[in-house]
Amino acid sequence: MLADKDRIFLNLYGAHGADLASAKARGAWNGTADMIGAGRDWIIAQVKESGLRGRGGAGFPTGLKWSFMPKQVTDRPHYLVVNADESEPGTCKDRDIMRHDPHLLIEGCLVASFAMQAHACYIYVRGEYVAEREALEKAIREAYEARLIGKGNIHGWDFDCYVHHGAGAYICGEETALLESLEGKKGQPRLKPPFPANSGLYGCPTTVNNVESIAVAPTIIRRGAKWFAGIGRPNNTGTKVFCISGHVNRPCNVEEAMSIPLRTLLEEHCGGVIGGWGNLKAVIPGGSSVRMITAAMAEEALMDFDSLSAMKSGLGTAAVIVMDQSTDVVRAIARIAYFYKHESCGQCTPCREGTGWMWRVLERMARGEAEHREIDLLLDVAGQVEGHTICALGDAAAWPVQGLIRHFRHEIEERIDRYRSAKGVHQVKLVAAE
Amino acid sequence: MSVRRLSPDQPASFTFRPDVLETAHWWCAKYPTERKQSAIIPLLWLVQKQEGWVSEPAIRALADMLEMPVIRVLEVATFYTMFHLAPVGKHHFQLCGTTPCVLRGADDLKKVCRKRIGEKFAVTADGLFSWEEVECLGACVNAPVVAIDDLYHEDLSPDDLEKVIDALARGEAITPGSARGRQTSAPDGGARTLTDPTLYDGSLATPLTLPNLPETAP
Amino acid sequence: MTKILIDDVEIDVPPDYSLLQACEAAGAEIPRFCYHERLSVAGNCRMCLVEVKGAPKPVASCAQQVKDQRPGPNGEPPVVLTKSALVKKAREGVMEFLLINHPLDCPICDQGGECDLQDQSVAYGRPGARFDENKRAVEEKQMGPLVKTVMTRCIQCTRCVRFVTEVAGVPEIGATGRGEDMEITTYLEKSLTSELSANVIDLCPVGALTSKPYAFNARPWELTKTESVDVMDGLGSAIRIDARGDEVLRVLPRVNEEINEEWISDKTRFAVDGLKRQRLDRPYVRRDGKLTAVSWDEALIATAQTLRAGPDRIGAMAGDLACVESMKATLDLMGALGVKNLDGRPTGAKLGGGPRQSWLFNSTLMGVEEADVLLLIGVNPRTEAAVFNARIRKMWLQGALRIGVIGPRADLRYPYEYLGAGPQSIAALSGDFLDALKAAKRPMIVLGEGALARADGAAVLRAAGRLAASVGIVKEGWNGWNVLHGAAARVGALDLGFVPGDGGLDAAGMVAAADDGKLDTLFLLGVDDAPLPGKGRTTVVYIGSHGDAGAHRADIILPGAAYAEKNATWVNTEGRVQHGRRAAYPKGDAREDWSILRALSAVAGKTLPYDSLPALRAKLIADHPTFGHMDYAPGAADSAGFDPATLGAEGSLGAEPFASAVAAFHLTNPIARASLTMAECARAAASTAHIAAE
Repeated sequence: MLADKDRIFLNLYGAHGADLASAKARGAWNGTADMIGAGRDWIIAQVKESGLRGRGGAGFPTGLKWSFMPKQVTDRPHYLVVNADESEPGTCKDRDIMRHDPHLLIEGCLVASFAMQAHACYIYVRGEYVAEREALEKAIREAYEARLIGKGNIHGWDFDCYVHHGAGAYICGEETALLESLEGKKGQPRLKPPFPANSGLYGCPTTVNNVESIAVAPTIIRRGAKWFAGIGRPNNTGTKVFCISGHVNRPCNVEEAMSIPLRTLLEEHCGGVIGGWGNLKAVIPGGSSVRMITAAMAEEALMDFDSLSAMKSGLGTAAVIVMDQSTDVVRAIARIAYFYKHESCGQCTPCREGTGWMWRVLERMARGEAEHREIDLLLDVAGQVEGHTICALGDAAAWPVQGLIRHFRHEIEERIDRYRSAKGVHQVKLVAAE
Repeated sequence: MSVRRLSPDQPASFTFRPDVLETAHWWCAKYPTERKQSAIIPLLWLVQKQEGWVSEPAIRALADMLEMPVIRVLEVATFYTMFHLAPVGKHHFQLCGTTPCVLRGADDLKKVCRKRIGEKFAVTADGLFSWEEVECLGACVNAPVVAIDDLYHEDLSPDDLEKVIDALARGEAITPGSARGRQTSAPDGGARTLTDPTLYDGSLATPLTLPNLPETAP
Repeated sequence: MTKILIDDVEIDVPPDYSLLQACEAAGAEIPRFCYHERLSVAGNCRMCLVEVKGAPKPVASCAQQVKDQRPGPNGEPPVVLTKSALVKKAREGVMEFLLINHPLDCPICDQGGECDLQDQSVAYGRPGARFDENKRAVEEKQMGPLVKTVMTRCIQCTRCVRFVTEVAGVPEIGATGRGEDMEITTYLEKSLTSELSANVIDLCPVGALTSKPYAFNARPWELTKTESVDVMDGLGSAIRIDARGDEVLRVLPRVNEEINEEWISDKTRFAVDGLKRQRLDRPYVRRDGKLTAVSWDEALIATAQTLRAGPDRIGAMAGDLACVESMKATLDLMGALGVKNLDGRPTGAKLGGGPRQSWLFNSTLMGVEEADVLLLIGVNPRTEAAVFNARIRKMWLQGALRIGVIGPRADLRYPYEYLGAGPQSIAALSGDFLDALKAAKRPMIVLGEGALARADGAAVLRAAGRLAASVGIVKEGWNGWNVLHGAAARVGALDLGFVPGDGGLDAAGMVAAADDGKLDTLFLLGVDDAPLPGKGRTTVVYIGSHGDAGAHRADIILPGAAYAEKNATWVNTEGRVQHGRRAAYPKGDAREDWSILRALSAVAGKTLPYDSLPALRAKLIADHPTFGHMDYAPGAADSAGFDPATLGAEGSLGAEPFASAVAAFHLTNPIARASLTMAECARAAASTAHIAAE
């Protein structure tokens, strides 16, 4: 188990004050001026060296992303945009950072903005997080009043930090959709290229980072890149806030070391699976978008990028959704399919049409009202969506379906057979004819 | 989602209350002056806070205010599902119906809503209540969750939800957060991490020398 | 130039080419729905996916440029495959998704037979359907009198949204909602207000937006398609006239990059039902105060009698739609009679005589794409040349054009600097905008009829000419002096010299003379939109196609052919000579206009020296060599020595503000006024304007 002294979010549960004085007492804003003084190249080098990978789901190396920003500022200002549109089912970590440790985030915004020569930062908070947004606004006011940020602040880098919010659209968590939304439009992802680092917010060079990625940066620099890189495994370094929901005895958020074994995570922090490890059926280890893994795989899984992608799943947002033997996995995935249908922006064909198709077939399958051949049809439809869309929502919609069929095909088949025998309909044997 | 349409019954006009207008200007000031369209979502939100919903005259008023084509405002109002295009109850429940909440009993909460309030988006006769099923609210470790008047009520059992409804019906204030008294997202029974007192004694605020600094700071 | 390998064909293309363009250059056909070369790239239909070697997934070829592709490890050109199994599967998948919620109503869909979705599903789709769910239905939407909507058919390509927003400049169509419930609509289903709105019908790749007036009229394979030119304004847009038998059913645009790109105005497209109504289909002679149908012989004899008056007591005017051939025949006949009272400018624009450049749009329409500063004087290009206005807007959108206006303060669909209302503002122009005009590499000044067809028109012309000269409007390879004519006939008339001879009367003079009893015979070659003499002793002979103002006043009516019913020549505002072609025959006993004049000349004993269209054209070219140069806009070619400061005449500039020559866009000529569709549009436009005024 990660030692408390190696945790970054010391007020994850809000047991202590979120105010500036309390945050400072916990080490926030300590040495910030020295970071700025050491220069932007040094900051980016530290973040690169720490091995920090984006905490929003894709896991792109954060320091590398920062280094993509143009070296020279032209007539187009640079922007940092913080993605606080936390909406991936299973995920609720940024919420805790914003309401309980907002000053780490604001400090991170300043440091990252300085590193990328941005004088303004927008934090895009999902519309539903009203209390969280207000907590963040309050912390920003404190930071302005203490001249930690703002024009002519004590750190010597003019910097404005603004909170913006959405109004109920998961797709705005996609970085270019978020930028569209921030520009006052529908949240429809943009075509790439151009990438935001060249043409982002208002057509200006922009970097979009997840809340957690930004909020951990100052502490990483304070404690040293080596410290962070020393936690976890190579390529999977540092600490990570995990969100464990579903069928565990004590669901919770917890900051742990990357690469912690999944079973350890559940048993150490969450009181184990309801009914014991043997009662585990499946785990979605990284938020609803990743493919589920079975209990047997969960036994082996390390909670990091490489281990989970080797299992054809993913770390995603590190939101672990645990399902015990009582779970109707077909229904669970059908509900996730509904989620993606509901949240598809409708812009591009495969996602707009495919998500609805997959959901409708799955709803029938959850009742058993389907045919065996439709399982392969569903798989085929998922394949026609995956990789064919403008943004990753298409992939995110396809993967849970693929994961379900990969691991629980037998369960769907049994469901269909049961439905048919109850209705007196028998599977037509087409094998010979085919 | 289903097709979102403007309510057939519309007021004749819309104007911001002076205090809300002030807030609206505060929002507009966050964006470059030539990018005032950026404020559309926050301003639609203010409309909804003031009126309870987003009316057609309000859409036109915001189009004028932000110098946007009115169709673009309609696009935004219909794209983002938190905007109510028809009146809702005084207390509007957003019940999370996504898988993590379902795993922890959201379906039972839905039954309570159906029983006590009615069908989705139907407003009770007294005008007090309405509910809808929403997608993930982002409080999954505190599932199941219902957001009531913007604030999250977590770890709800059907009984808890009934009690909340009873309290609101009596006009009493309700307290958001975990219904069973959990410390936010900490595990039941109290946090098992972040218990080291030296983290909170101020020692971390002691001036420090950053590790790994360049030889000669520029 | 960048090398790229497409299906084993190595080609060299500009680096900013999209992959789709590169594929086409290599001869590979790429299916598409949302992509349109004149609209912004949406990349949403996903039909144009191709395989790029090294890319993890298929790539939307419309959305990536050649320069975005990575070369191979040793610098080999990037490799694109358009026929691979991956691409085939991707196209089949997209096609299937597009079709699952598309209704199977092709038999009752007007797009049938010219539908991209049909064609591409045959070419790229998979056989059979696998979708067992209910198809989505979308509620009907209204978009006004021109665009019929069946939104269930919509595939959300957003071409219409992009067209009205980008090209037409009226952001009135949007996509509301999201996901599979996304719907294309106007705000509260209001009618579109653009003069170019119906181009969305052509752009719609499916049957969601179709032509309302043409609904259920015909199938494309029943139609005879005739390539012709438009006469509804002075641009001479390239059109295709579709007719079944003798009935013109619709007009569609053809591509002509130099004039209309591929757009046409709603009037060009939809005034054609006016070809069926109010037609003059037999000769008439006024007897006892009433127009009476007569035979051609009677009519021609009666007309010939009127020509016995002395040449001083005869006059001839040519109207807005007249073709060059009929004007040439008129001029030849009048010349044979010694008539000098001639005018092809019935509204009195003070142009004609002198250098041809003085009445042409010398920058050419395409030239606005090179211009950096544009001054509009007494012209509303939105109503007078809607398609050209879109080109101005395009350049404004690109940030390449600074625009100033002296004249009516109209919504032009782009912002401009307002510099004054009337003639005084031309002389008084100073300051920043004048400096910009002077500094411009390619300055443009555009005058409309609203600036020239007025009492002080000659003085306005002189003032504008002086301004033009002072800013150096003529440069090496550039002539920025432009007249934007609203009438298709006007430049042809001026090129023919259809202006008063020595001592002859102009249009206003003829009308005054007629009213004073000093004119015995007045020929009106389709003159309907100009002051006409009151009832009196003058015999008015009207040659034209529609029972409009001219015919109403006429004493003898000789029924002619409308533009779609004759092979004829028009010269557009740039001086571009173009042939229109016959798509149907003239109505009833009506004849092609030149042949009426030829017949009349024989009856009058002044037989014209040609008896066929080729013979007439040969004489035309012999007399006026410019007509021999087809489809050619001279631009700055002959502008050396052209001095606009000498144009017009000294005189005092009036205080009255300029008005646009077009008051009601939909009702500018007899054909449009006979059109029920245009009448409905005019009503809708008037009510919109009324609401806006409130």
